[in-house]
Amino acid sequence: MKGLQTKGLNKSFGGLVVARDITLSLQPGDRTALIGPNGAGKTTFSNLITGILKPTSGQILLDGRDIGGMGEAARVRAGIAKTFQITTLFKHLSVRENIRLPILERERRALRFWHRADRDKGVEAEIEAQLSAFNLLGLADRPVQDLAYGQQRLVEMAMTLALKPRVLILDEPAAGVPSSDSHLITGAIEALPADLAVLIIEHDMKLVFQVARSIIVLVNGAILTQGTPPEIAANQQVRDLYLGAHHD
Amino acid sequence: MKLTPLTKGLLADALLIIAAVVAFYAFPYDLAFLTRIVIMAILVLSIDLILGLGGIVTLGQAALYGSGAYAAGLFAIHISGDPLLGLAVGMLAGAAIAFLSGLLLMRAEGLTLIMLSIAVALVLQEIANRARDWTGGADGMRGIRMDPILGLWRFDFIGQTGYIYVCCVLFVVLFALKVLKASPLGLMARGIHESPARMRAIGAPVYQRRLILYTLGGAIAGIAGALAAQITQLVSLEVFNFSHSAEAVIMLILGGAGKLYGAIIGTVIFMVVHHLAASVDPFNWLFIIGALVLGVVFFVPQGLLGVPTALKRLIGGGK
Repeated sequence: MKGLQTKGLNKSFGGLVVARDITLSLQPGDRTALIGPNGAGKTTFSNLITGILKPTSGQILLDGRDIGGMGEAARVRAGIAKTFQITTLFKHLSVRENIRLPILERERRALRFWHRADRDKGVEAEIEAQLSAFNLLGLADRPVQDLAYGQQRLVEMAMTLALKPRVLILDEPAAGVPSSDSHLITGAIEALPADLAVLIIEHDMKLVFQVARSIIVLVNGAILTQGTPPEIAANQQVRDLYLGAHHD
Repeated sequence: MKLTPLTKGLLADALLIIAAVVAFYAFPYDLAFLTRIVIMAILVLSIDLILGLGGIVTLGQAALYGSGAYAAGLFAIHISGDPLLGLAVGMLAGAAIAFLSGLLLMRAEGLTLIMLSIAVALVLQEIANRARDWTGGADGMRGIRMDPILGLWRFDFIGQTGYIYVCCVLFVVLFALKVLKASPLGLMARGIHESPARMRAIGAPVYQRRLILYTLGGAIAGIAGALAAQITQLVSLEVFNFSHSAEAVIMLILGGAGKLYGAIIGTVIFMVVHHLAASVDPFNWLFIIGALVLGVVFFVPQGLLGVPTALKRLIGGGK
């Protein structure tokens, strides 16, 4: 079984159930959006997959292998990468260094202390390629904190892709990005490698309908329904519950 | 005038060597004091590695320094008086204690980590106090006799050999740290400093990485402790004193953290001011040091190494 599966995933904090029997599958090439009202458990679900939280019960499989026992870093190494809801970068490091670090980590070279970090031709060429793919070449040597928020979002995506993940979780990729820059984000999502499995957690319906090929609606920690964008848009239950305000 | 980082580094090294040589000839009767400054600078460099680079805030570096000192002392008394072997033993002892205590410490952060690191030094001090037969307890460890360095240079009464010896060790440590800072490991350390959450998200096991950095810092602190034991030929319980850890951190902040040279400049200024102020007014010298630290923290938070940049900004000449 390729891709990411969850089977009967449950998570509760005491009496509060935040994930209820979530079973879903994410195949290579999928562009699935996870939507739901505030407090539906979207971020909890993302945290369960990335290993920030441990499920109360249920299984998480990557390519058929149970990864439930792995820590956060080990899951990234296994191929599950994510971007944060609030950009989390190495603010005082340059854009170039921000992308160099994940490459060094992916290549398991981050513990080398006997040579300079910036002299490996292969790594540097990959950084250049990544920078030009995201149109960041002109900003390469600026500290990340000097960049506009939309650009920081792109840096974060470039870093995450530098890990060459097989499963990518985008946690509200457009949050905080001014609408004038949101095309940068949609453009970047559309340009993602075709065989990557992508899960997008998003509030912005315009973006969801633009990039997702499948939508899962989460309510009170459980999957309410799942379908293609037109099916979800036509679903009366979803309209009442969540999309009503947007679609009237 | 534009300088590349490499030329800047070489220039700084040249200045440092010149300053060391000038000090040697200008203050021939203060070599013991100069030697203490250099040893302290090595200890402060070890803190720069873990705090300045890795962002790990502790106040217990004396634990690692003291371990190095006792280990080198015991080694000199019971096994061999060879200084370089003793240095290696001190280094290993510092690293070992850093690793063992780090297994617990590196799981903590913030105030908890600071408190725990202080506690480790206190525990070690008490152990050294109780193990009288080995350490001499409160009387200190006596009877350390050093052989000539490499069998060639005998430690002399005025401390010329000692001063040159510690200067050489300082340069080796500084060089090693410069290589490390520019390496993938150095970049990784800065990443841990900037954002542990992001490091985890790119697949770095942060706890192990912090443990590695702390152990490396322990090795360097151990070297500083071993030098102190070899030069003074005495190890007392004071090596574990909290004031040691605290003053070293103040020296680092004074000079500027994360820049290596800042550690050296901060140490020199702190100790010289301390020395002069204490000889002028033996009771209120702390007042001068306090004013100095306050001034730096308020006006140049990047430390004294940041003064040129701050001045440039003030005049409006640079960006």
